[in-house]
Amino acid sequence: MDVYPKVFLYRRLVQSKLFIDNHFAEKIDLDNIADEAYCSKFHFIRLFKGVYGRTPHQYLTFVRLEQAKSKLKNNISVNDASFAVGFESPTSFASLFKRTYGQTPSYFRATQIKLSSARQKTPLKFIPGCITAKFNLDK
Amino acid sequence: MILKISHASVFVLDQDSAFDFYVNKLGFEVRQDNQMGPAFRWLTVGPKEQPNFELILLPVKEGALFKKDKVKIMTDLLKEGTLGGLVMDCTDIYATYEELTQKGVIFAHPPIKQIYGRIDTTFKDDSGNWVSLGQNV
Repeated sequence: MDVYPKVFLYRRLVQSKLFIDNHFAEKIDLDNIADEAYCSKFHFIRLFKGVYGRTPHQYLTFVRLEQAKSKLKNNISVNDASFAVGFESPTSFASLFKRTYGQTPSYFRATQIKLSSARQKTPLKFIPGCITAKFNLDK
Repeated sequence: MILKISHASVFVLDQDSAFDFYVNKLGFEVRQDNQMGPAFRWLTVGPKEQPNFELILLPVKEGALFKKDKVKIMTDLLKEGTLGGLVMDCTDIYATYEELTQKGVIFAHPPIKQIYGRIDTTFKDDSGNWVSLGQNV
């Protein structure tokens, strides 16, 4: 007896999702992922969206954008971040980023660097007072 | 009027290990990771889909908060699985259970449909805190 309903189907979908998580920076052929899940492309897309709320292509884009955010926070340039996560054009990356997060990647990077610098210079401003008091951080 | 909980804390045995568990296994984001002097590291994480919440990973170690004897008590309690109580929601419990299992998270049992309208299961974090993971149905 299966440990939960449709266990083999879930395992295939999770394998596909993890493949995207681990290979997002490469050129991924989503048709191949459907083949590896042993189902037709359209059936696979429908199942994937049912579980993750995004189609495989939308999920791949989401992972790339989230990874790019992380790189921008670490002071990596917009162009380098764009290529590093698998986008082929920094211009289309910038436009997609703005559409998704409501701000340009350059603006996001600048505000994150400013925030990070403020956290380094005045860390207590970013820590709740109860923690500061309990750990004697202000002494 | 209280609006929301912005921070909550869990005690962990080792912040590096907890970082690995919450970020690399559960997929949380690092919100703040700031070493303040030799003795205090301000480490907070949170789910990507919940940007305005920070889970503080507080180390159980001798210092301002714990005397040596209390460190032993807390460590024992964590290892015994007495502490914890975080409840997490996910989009699809079966997919999340399967993914976390593949990443090495140990669950008490597969997801179970409960009478209170939720399918859920329980796992322990790397320190021994128990966490309930579920999906409302």
